[in-house]
Amino acid sequence: MDISTQHTDAAPPTPRPGPDARTRTSRGASRTGDRIFLGLSRGSGILLLVIMAAIAVFLAYRASLAISKDHGSFLTTFEWNTNILPPQFGIAVLAFGTVVSSVIAMALAVPVAVGIALFLTHYAPRRLSGPIAYVIDLLAAVPSIVYGLWGALVLVPHLSGLYGWLDHYFGWTGVLSWQGGAARSLLTVGILLAIMILPIITNVSREVFRQVPRMHEEAALALGATRWEVVRMSVLPFGRSGVISASMLGLGRALGETMAVATVLSPTFDIKASLLDPGGGTFAQNIASKFNEATEFGQDALIASGLVLFVITLIVNGAARMIINRRKEYSGANA
Amino acid sequence: MTTPAVTDKSAGSLHGARLPKWFPVAAVAGSLVVAVAIGLGAGLQSRVQWGLIAAVLAVLSTYVVAARVEGRRQARDRIATSLVWVCFLVAVIPLASLIWATVKRGVKVLDGYFLSHSMAGVADTQPGGGIYHALLGTLEQVGLATLIAVPIGVLTAIYLVEYGRGRLARAVTFFVDVMTGIPSIVAGLFVLSFWILILQMGYSGFAGSLALSILMMPVVVRSTEEMLKLVPNELREASLALGVPKWRTILKVVLPTSIGGIVTGVMLAIARITGETAPVLLLVWGTNFINTNPFQDPQGSLPLYIYQQYANSSGSGAAYDRAWAAALTLIAFVMILNLVARGIARWKAPKTGR
Repeated sequence: MDISTQHTDAAPPTPRPGPDARTRTSRGASRTGDRIFLGLSRGSGILLLVIMAAIAVFLAYRASLAISKDHGSFLTTFEWNTNILPPQFGIAVLAFGTVVSSVIAMALAVPVAVGIALFLTHYAPRRLSGPIAYVIDLLAAVPSIVYGLWGALVLVPHLSGLYGWLDHYFGWTGVLSWQGGAARSLLTVGILLAIMILPIITNVSREVFRQVPRMHEEAALALGATRWEVVRMSVLPFGRSGVISASMLGLGRALGETMAVATVLSPTFDIKASLLDPGGGTFAQNIASKFNEATEFGQDALIASGLVLFVITLIVNGAARMIINRRKEYSGANA
Repeated sequence: MTTPAVTDKSAGSLHGARLPKWFPVAAVAGSLVVAVAIGLGAGLQSRVQWGLIAAVLAVLSTYVVAARVEGRRQARDRIATSLVWVCFLVAVIPLASLIWATVKRGVKVLDGYFLSHSMAGVADTQPGGGIYHALLGTLEQVGLATLIAVPIGVLTAIYLVEYGRGRLARAVTFFVDVMTGIPSIVAGLFVLSFWILILQMGYSGFAGSLALSILMMPVVVRSTEEMLKLVPNELREASLALGVPKWRTILKVVLPTSIGGIVTGVMLAIARITGETAPVLLLVWGTNFINTNPFQDPQGSLPLYIYQQYANSSGSGAAYDRAWAAALTLIAFVMILNLVARGIARWKAPKTGR
């Protein structure tokens, strides 16, 4: 119904009778025009697919050049020596670091992001929620290198207090022990990544929560439910798949984040038992840190690790999108 | 609107006992006071710890008091409310700290000299120098990337909305979504493998723009698609009914109607790629000198400049100051683009309708 009202608003500026007379006389020309235009637009659609395919093919080709000369095992070697003969490199440490830091980031960010999304849609006073949503959008626009700079020069010094406390009370677990020194560890990276992926998870969850049918909520309210019970009984079940896919989009971001990790982490090529001690590495960070000194072969080896990252993010993002799309068809939103 | 279990407290009324409206504020204020007292008493140094104690106290005291006065369900509701508020506050702290740190440390060296001079002849640990070369490089690289990505992105969106049926369109939609999630470093590695290692083209600003355009395309497609979908079908039908061919309908009716939204989307996409560092690091390489030609030889770049000032500083204050000032410039640029883009969206919104 609102389409029809706006239609009358939007209609006046558009009809331009002038050119029509000409096109009517040259119908053949217009049909060629149509064909050219369709060709152009379909061509760019196909070009996008070609680019995606080309990314996979070229990365795989250069990666195969490197892996075939690798004298360690690409999957399990705990080293990255591409300049020695024979070269030995493997992605075990990188895979570990990437997974651990992303999991930490998800564990911290998802609950908070869902909380903020609920805050914006169901708790905040109306006057507040608009500006806050706006600020969160801006937060998403802050470049990752700035997060990195802030993380390395502000966050790291501030975390040593927390790390000392964790070590004091939970050091006996081994996972949370700390030997002192700068807090440039995988846990720090995870915290920073959590801050960085918070906006995207919040935004997507907020959209989903906003689509919850008003009737569901009112039905719950009419039964005497408190606000929390409304959220638990109608909002969260409706939004579950949306939150899952939002988290996976955030996970995709966290997995591929480069500069923030490269500035904050002090990398080593081994796996530390403690999350608090500096060391470890991630795929993207390793590429950025090693690139400047890499020979052409070294670059190929880095491309091989990039290919692994590409495949992982492809799977994560593809799965997230599939969940979102299924939801879309089901809910009839976004008509 | 409450359970019979608590109605005995105010017999004859339909309401159960309720805490007064000022209670949450009082609970927060009270726990803040107590937390500060505990902090001072126990000699805790960190303000963060004070805040944590206050938060825990506020949540617990709210729960206990509400459970006694209002009943369990209401108490649980209050605890959820306070947790949601805590979530929000927790998220605000790093943001505020980031903006504060960048502005405070950035304004130290940010002036006309800083914006109009390059780093030529300035050692990393020395004070002085500026970002002119980096600013120039970033503008050229982002400009070229925009020139490549916008036509392809807009045409793809037109295909998806106006023509797209069947398998191809579905495949394009899906891969555009997936492409949005490609890590920037992977886009950089792709251009590296194909443009620099296989075609032997050498590091240049243009190589960087190629990678940036790959990152930009899906964003442009997505936003343009959304905008085109908002154009009412009646407009298209009216135009087609007058005998206007489809391509002219699209160019003269559909695009002008949605141009505000499309421009907004493009500007947001530009804002996003301006801050990308990883592909620039791999492809543009960076230099301390002014290079106005993006097609040959390494160039500077603002995000890369920040990284290099940080990484090569060996802890010197001068380089950190420059890094913060460059970060402030970059954030200001991105924020202004964002604000202007949203301004255009708002200004154009009533005409395009929703």
